[in-house]
Amino acid sequence: MFSKFLSLEWKQFKRSSYWQKSVILNIFLVLLALYFLVSFLVLGFFLYPLLEKQFPDQDPLKIVNGFILYWLLFDLVFRYLMQKLPALKSKPLLSMPIKKKYLIHYILGKSVFSFFNIFAMFAVIPFGIVLIMHNYSVGSVLAWVFSLLCLVLTLNFVNFLINKSNHFFIGIAILLLTTLSLDYFNVIDFKSISATIFNSIYANPLSILAPVTLLIGSYYLNFKDLKSKLFVDGAVSKNLKDVNTSDLSWTNRFGEMSTFLKNDMRLIWRNKRPKMVFIMSFIFLFYGMMFYTNTKYMNMPAMLVFVSVFITGMFTMNFGQFIPAWDSSYYGMLMSQNIKYRKYLESKWFLMTAMTLVLLILSIPYAYFGWNIIMLLFAGAIFNIGFSSLFILFAGSFNRKRIDLDRSAFANYQGTSATQFLMIIPIMLFPMLIFYLANRFFGFNYGVLALTIVGTIGIVFKNYFMTKIEKLYIKNKYKQISAFNETS
Amino acid sequence: MIQTTNLSKEYGQATVLNIEKLDIPKGQSLGLVGNNGAGKTTYFNLLLDLIQPTTGFIKNNDIQVDQSEEWKPFTAAFIDETFLIGYLTPEEYFYFIGELRGENKADIDTFLEQFSEIFNDEILGKKKYLRDLSKGNQKKAGIVAAMIGSPEVIILDEPFANLDPTTQIRLKKILKALTNNKQVTVLISSHDLGHVTEVCERIVVLEKGNIIKDIKTSPETLKELEAHFTL
Repeated sequence: MFSKFLSLEWKQFKRSSYWQKSVILNIFLVLLALYFLVSFLVLGFFLYPLLEKQFPDQDPLKIVNGFILYWLLFDLVFRYLMQKLPALKSKPLLSMPIKKKYLIHYILGKSVFSFFNIFAMFAVIPFGIVLIMHNYSVGSVLAWVFSLLCLVLTLNFVNFLINKSNHFFIGIAILLLTTLSLDYFNVIDFKSISATIFNSIYANPLSILAPVTLLIGSYYLNFKDLKSKLFVDGAVSKNLKDVNTSDLSWTNRFGEMSTFLKNDMRLIWRNKRPKMVFIMSFIFLFYGMMFYTNTKYMNMPAMLVFVSVFITGMFTMNFGQFIPAWDSSYYGMLMSQNIKYRKYLESKWFLMTAMTLVLLILSIPYAYFGWNIIMLLFAGAIFNIGFSSLFILFAGSFNRKRIDLDRSAFANYQGTSATQFLMIIPIMLFPMLIFYLANRFFGFNYGVLALTIVGTIGIVFKNYFMTKIEKLYIKNKYKQISAFNETS
Repeated sequence: MIQTTNLSKEYGQATVLNIEKLDIPKGQSLGLVGNNGAGKTTYFNLLLDLIQPTTGFIKNNDIQVDQSEEWKPFTAAFIDETFLIGYLTPEEYFYFIGELRGENKADIDTFLEQFSEIFNDEILGKKKYLRDLSKGNQKKAGIVAAMIGSPEVIILDEPFANLDPTTQIRLKKILKALTNNKQVTVLISSHDLGHVTEVCERIVVLEKGNIIKDIKTSPETLKELEAHFTL
């Protein structure tokens, strides 16, 4: 039975559109995974000698034990955000003569081979080997490694149980923050609690029964949970809440554009992925703190240009890079409707411009760090409005990847292709280069002026550029319609 | 109203559509019939300029559809669910289409009143997104949206599929009323020979991309078609 599932799985994997992603993106993802694997491996092998050198009078294992609870909590948060629930397309199998038990064991068993568990293994096992090489008792080290792996897998299963609701996540995040701060202010010493627990596992190998029990318990709970849900209606019918409809008729003042503006606002607010893009652009306002508080960067004006373009252009870049793919699921309808392409593009431009201005206004408190910062932020915003947004609309005409709006926003590369990488590079590097040259030869103010001029040229000749962009979209229309129709 | 000349569509070696000539006069209701892969949807997609013809062209009210977009104001279509915007409520979708066709909210509200029978209290005021409606209700919303703004050409791909019997009968009534005054040209495709002969005054049978029958509907048409499709 399992071999049949495996062969189904293999076909799904081999034939998935995943491999039809651009080569560059695949290479990038593979490199990223390799990078993490190597990092964890290096961590596992070199943690011991490093700690030994740094704290010669302490036992490295005990130091590590002090941090394990934190590591597990962080791990859970990461998993919550990134790890996808394992899925076997179960609906077609439910009516087949297959015992549900097998299906569930298979789904759960498969999740053990998630990257998150493998990464942990890559750190824990080498560390254990190093311990044994340093004459720690073999039996105890094995017990220690084994319990950690059990706990990692427990987290794996716990994550599936709590991943269904945001409340748990907020709870864990609060727990993590409070323990960190309580520890920081020396109210409660969580490090020593953690150390006590894991030292005792090392000292008394029989206590591995505890993590094993946790693992079995979490597996059993998942099994029960899945078993109760493995019905067609559980998988199919979602919990439907009444939706909030808002009038948005105030947008009517923007004329013909308002039709699309209303749609875009609803698009952003009612779909996970664009909503995340929207929220992230506000969170990244704080990105400035990392640079403005650091004197090293404060003396590198070209770097500050990067920050100002980035902060004010976060929405333009992240939302804009997927125009018109956001509308891909109904693109054919839009194209056969009574629509002027120009108005459609103008409304996207307007949205990006409005958000750039909002982000600029919100970043004004950075004036605290000096007049130069504010000048750069304004120049960056003008550059984004005049150059980035038009450039991104231009590049968008090469988008050929569909986006399903309903999928999650984290670690979702759907719709990403080489186009996205190619379009972000000039938007980030071009302003730095302009500024760098002008600053180098004429001084800071001229650098700011140069950025402003480039942006202003874009704004003044917007209609000219828009006409060109519009032609490009019309030229690419058929290709885009057929590409967006390819469901993955 | 719609002239098709030397139209063909090829994908690689395969010819999926090849129509030498098809003229549809204003106010006619035309039914396209044919087995899977006959080229019905391909023809509609060409008519809506969603795909490019390999050869030939279609003129809609003397406007060549792949050259100019001026046919869009008087043409409306519902091909499949991808014509719906999933994250809108039905009302919002109707208003959206209405705005594109120059109708305001009040116009749309009045317009929708005549469909209350079809909607059967399952579509309006339900506070649900289109993506959460059942297939049949999605179809109803799409068909009604295609009638917004009094278009002169209405294209419906398989309008009867997925609809419940009551709605099928009501839809037939509406389609007949539409073409009664000979102002609106209606093109529908269907696998249901009964429905299509009842609604359409002319039936075109496609097979592997070619027109093999072009019949003016008469009481014998249904028999003739059934005989044709019985192999």
